[in-house]
Amino acid sequence: MPLILIGGIIFGFGLGFSQMARPEVVLNFLQFDDFGLVFVMFGAAIVTGIAFAVMPRLRSAAPLTGDRYERRLKPFDRNVLVGGAIFGVGWGLSGICPGAAYASLGVGNVTILWALAGMFVGAYIQGYWRSYAANSSPTATRAD
Amino acid sequence: MVSDPLVLQLAAELFPNGVSRYAVGGLLVGLGAVVIYVGTGIPAGASTFLESTLSYASDQSRFQQYVSSRDWRVVFTFGIILGATLFAATVQSGLVTTSLYEAGTTGQLYEVGGVTLWLTDVQPWRLFAGGILVGIGTRVGKGCTSGHGVCGVGSASRTSLVGVATFLLVAIGTAQLVAALGVSP
Repeated sequence: MPLILIGGIIFGFGLGFSQMARPEVVLNFLQFDDFGLVFVMFGAAIVTGIAFAVMPRLRSAAPLTGDRYERRLKPFDRNVLVGGAIFGVGWGLSGICPGAAYASLGVGNVTILWALAGMFVGAYIQGYWRSYAANSSPTATRAD
Repeated sequence: MVSDPLVLQLAAELFPNGVSRYAVGGLLVGLGAVVIYVGTGIPAGASTFLESTLSYASDQSRFQQYVSSRDWRVVFTFGIILGATLFAATVQSGLVTTSLYEAGTTGQLYEVGGVTLWLTDVQPWRLFAGGILVGIGTRVGKGCTSGHGVCGVGSASRTSLVGVATFLLVAIGTAQLVAALGVSP
């Protein structure tokens, strides 16, 4: 747990430093006014990519949990496209995504509570709906 | 040729704030995810917190599957908030000065107890309505910008690459449309 806290702190500091915690900066990127934001995502993905490639060769399991080192692979289905598109509309409208929203609160942006409240409402709506769908059709496979 | 004036001009237009602060921030974001991954083997994502936290309050079967991971996800989210506050208390407040930080022209800076904080100008209805769609979309689509974008792309997962391409293109279209309709900020 302390390690997860430290990781989260570095993660959040990075979001603050890159100014991705500011919705305006994200909107400027999406409106092609400043392409700098691609360096945040690709910079981060390169760092994780190295770790994801190297760690499984160095050790068989993580020291704290005993979990095997695996890449983040999720099965592809239509939901990835549908959900991605819904997320895209929300991201383009608000300029904020979940991780950046937490960080935005950290830099003092209390207005972001609107977005966080919306995210919980949205997550609850889909959870309610999918729980209902799962209960009413027992043959349905577990979604993800 | 780096000294080519045309190249420099193009770079200045595409990256009016330079790329260093973005790249440094991105490396830190990646480093944070790597610290967690190396210690625990978990590829961290930010959006599952929305559902896992709802499991404290709701008995819906959809949320109960996250009971085993909800505690560390709260810690992770708390860490992100704390890390951003640390940024505000140091760099944003001028305690630590770096050429990579500019106060910027967006939003408003205000001060509480010597710490410089920042407030967005983006209208609350955009944040709230967008937040609802983000909440639905990231959960249906199996990930957000950190899960798909950072850990998934880092894993060279085809699912994540398709997911990122989808939400990036749709977000660009949406933002351009909203701007074209004259909504600002």
